[in-house]
Amino acid sequence: MIAAGNPAVATNVGRPLAGGRRFSLDWIGVVPFLAYAGLFLLLPSTIIALGAFVNADGAFTLENYQHLSRSYVVKSTVDTTVISAVTAVAGAILGALLSYAIVMGSPNGVLRRLVVSASGVLAQFGGVTLAFAFIASIGPAGFVYLFAQAHGFDYYTHGIWLFERTGLGLVYLYFQIPLMVLVFLPALDGIKPQWREATESLGGNTWHYWRHVAGPLLFPAFLGATLLLFANAFSAYATANALINQGQPMLSQQIGGALSSEVGAFEPGFAKAIAVEMIVIVTLVTVLYSLLQRRTSRWL
Amino acid sequence: MAVAARSIHGTRRLKLQVFRTVVFVAAAVFFLVPIGAMVEFSTRGNSGQRTLEYWKEILAYPDMVQAIVASLELAAITSVVMLVLLVPTMVWVRLKLPRLSRIVEFVCLLPLTIPAIVLVVGLFPMYIWLGTNVSDSILTLALAYVVLVLPYCYRALDAGLGGIDVKTLSEAARSLGANWLDVMWRIIVPNISNAILNATLLSVALVLGEYTIANNLLYNNLQVELVHLGRANAGVSIAVAVASLLFAFVLLVVLAFIGARPRRMHRDPVAMLASPAVSSQK
Amino acid sequence: MTDRSGVEVRLENLVRRYGTVTALDGLSLTLAPGELVALLGPSGCGKTTALRLLAGLEEADGGRIVIAGNDVTGLPANRRNIGMVFQAYSLFPHMVAWENVAFGLQMRHVSAVERKKRALDMLDLVGLARFANRYASQMSGGQQQRVALARALAIQPQVLLLDEPLSALDAKVRSRLRDEIRRVQLEVGITTLFVTHDQEEALAIADRVGVMQSGKLEQLGPPTLVYSRPATPFVADFVGLTNRMQGTVRGGSVEVRGTSIPLVQPDVSDGPAIALIRPEAVSIDGNGGTDEGPLVGTVIAVAFLGAVSRVTVDLGDTTVLAQLPTSSASQHPAGTRVRLALRTDPVLIQREEPAPTAS
Repeated sequence: MIAAGNPAVATNVGRPLAGGRRFSLDWIGVVPFLAYAGLFLLLPSTIIALGAFVNADGAFTLENYQHLSRSYVVKSTVDTTVISAVTAVAGAILGALLSYAIVMGSPNGVLRRLVVSASGVLAQFGGVTLAFAFIASIGPAGFVYLFAQAHGFDYYTHGIWLFERTGLGLVYLYFQIPLMVLVFLPALDGIKPQWREATESLGGNTWHYWRHVAGPLLFPAFLGATLLLFANAFSAYATANALINQGQPMLSQQIGGALSSEVGAFEPGFAKAIAVEMIVIVTLVTVLYSLLQRRTSRWL
Repeated sequence: MAVAARSIHGTRRLKLQVFRTVVFVAAAVFFLVPIGAMVEFSTRGNSGQRTLEYWKEILAYPDMVQAIVASLELAAITSVVMLVLLVPTMVWVRLKLPRLSRIVEFVCLLPLTIPAIVLVVGLFPMYIWLGTNVSDSILTLALAYVVLVLPYCYRALDAGLGGIDVKTLSEAARSLGANWLDVMWRIIVPNISNAILNATLLSVALVLGEYTIANNLLYNNLQVELVHLGRANAGVSIAVAVASLLFAFVLLVVLAFIGARPRRMHRDPVAMLASPAVSSQK
Repeated sequence: MTDRSGVEVRLENLVRRYGTVTALDGLSLTLAPGELVALLGPSGCGKTTALRLLAGLEEADGGRIVIAGNDVTGLPANRRNIGMVFQAYSLFPHMVAWENVAFGLQMRHVSAVERKKRALDMLDLVGLARFANRYASQMSGGQQQRVALARALAIQPQVLLLDEPLSALDAKVRSRLRDEIRRVQLEVGITTLFVTHDQEEALAIADRVGVMQSGKLEQLGPPTLVYSRPATPFVADFVGLTNRMQGTVRGGSVEVRGTSIPLVQPDVSDGPAIALIRPEAVSIDGNGGTDEGPLVGTVIAVAFLGAVSRVTVDLGDTTVLAQLPTSSASQHPAGTRVRLALRTDPVLIQREEPAPTAS
């Protein structure tokens, strides 16, 4: 300890490789961080994982999971899956088109820098403000609607779909597309112009290039990005809750509902069970995504 | 790509130009109209004229003012706790415990994979306990927010630390007689000041936009209050939303400005030694 | 390989502009059947543009390209039947080596069985049969370029184009692969255009070397001639090392530090000029001792290059490079005084100072 405490001795580089390992107190330096993470990250996770198996009296039970088969939980699981899938696929396609348009321009151009940094911001943009933005534009009092209505195009004749699942999907695209750009652009950048030229010099045309070279190369990245977008939509809460305050169609809203309503008091494990359901689905999708991402990074 | 772009033949280039224009215009409309619409909505008068009535009314809603203040306080507390927790830990791990770096990274990025709505389920009983035994102040939310901002701040700080040779710098300082506090405060922090500011602004932006945790733990922060007020007076509520957006935008401009600013010219001792010799030859 | 004799390739007065920049300014060049011509020049000289025009990857603003008597100027790249090896990273990363080689055959609707067989044959030709099932990421840079060569040749092209294929490799691999490319090219007998900025590479591999500057061909000739009889000061400067020494032209020869050397250029008016003298034309005549004289100086550095060494001698007002056998260079270590001698082979002279960017 005396040697270690002497500032003139380089305490780290000089550590002998062989011989008796010196007793080190270095690990104390990370204790505050790990303690904090344990308290506010690990403990809540443990509370969910264990709490989902406990009933109101504190006894072990699988009841909470049986409640997942309640029709409204099943319905919101299905609805959430559908909305997430649709916005993931649509966001992926539109985001891929936008990425392609970017890549085809100058690599250091103003346009590219602008779109990329805007995407960085918009991919995080969600929640209440986003819902407001759509209400203020295409909502029943928004200027887009008023303008369209005044010109004989009333798109709310069959109900105000903005406050339903359709509208939620449209609003989700606002952050799904930028997220796709962020995730997919590096893959597109990895496509080397030589590959197209090599294809041409070997006798292939544009179709051959997309069918045999660019398509197969980009497909894993595209699929992976789509999965990420799915997980992103699946776990969103704030946007849905700010936009739709009746019916709570999304699974995340069911969690909030189970937590705050009287159900939470009588069935403390119920919200936890839905949370477990959500985390299982999101984790599954994320693992698939990282597998595909690994394959992409090997190629591009 | 520059060479490839040049090689594209005439018609193909034209088609590409059309495609790019269509895509960029469509994207601009989709992403800019909703933002512009908020500004339009918040300045709309009863008979079609432009007015700042809604903006002036903000102060007439004490709940909203309180929520804004609370969110700003939360942002400040969260940033400070985050920095105090993260910076020394990350430096220490680089210096002394490189084997732990993967674990620290994993822990820091973990909140990305746990949806906030899931985390809040676990936090719920903890906050009930906190509320009855310690404090039921809204400011306790900062404890949870630190976890929320962890991944983003970790990345920002990691980029900053990656740009300097922490180990050599601190060994040099130690050999000159500095203690660990000196090393941290006089050597490391000044060298990653950009990254620290980056992380701070990110955490401020994230905290100001937070809704899920506050709403479910039944605290009225800015975003929760926005929804409440939105049901009573949409105009004022949207005005506040625009204001918070503008604030976040200013933060981002500051961020971009810092990122673009050239690094301060450090006098390179080697260059200083070399320059007189070169000039004497001429 | 199938016995294939190459075809003639003619570039006629090719012009290519990028906006206001003229990359290719009326280039004419004829490659004899089976010949390997190297285009050599600094970056931006137009050599790569010439190759890309020939490949059909870019369109010419003027001029004609004729391959085996057929005008292909308007033909797109995928119908020219030209094999091309790129600088680097041109292998399709999601296909193993043999699939890469077979790709061109697939485009030509060769049956699956046949194309695998031919791909393996081609990999055998470049000595990589063992690596047939490797991905690009599992091969070294040199191996990847050999697969790229096999891929280019698998389609039995009429012309082979090599666009700085060695520039991304390290020195040792570079010279080995260079010889390998030459061996395969001779074996197949294909007309080949090789573009490089590395003069050593061009001189070592080519039947003829074309030195380019500002979109124009400065000199075209066999390597030995380009090196020993550079047609212009630019060529002399770009190919090999050159001492630039002050001299005076008088009556058809140039006097440099007391030595009279005949001129390459005819009809040069008398007056001061800079003589371009190769390091090999400078020899060490003996110890300088305490002598004074225009060619006596001090050795300030000796660079050992193997069998030869390059000696830098400080003559007071200038330094001169001399290249000599290591055995004799070793007698004159740094710090010793030496007397130099200039060989009286014809030299080029230059009247103006070179552009400020040089040196």
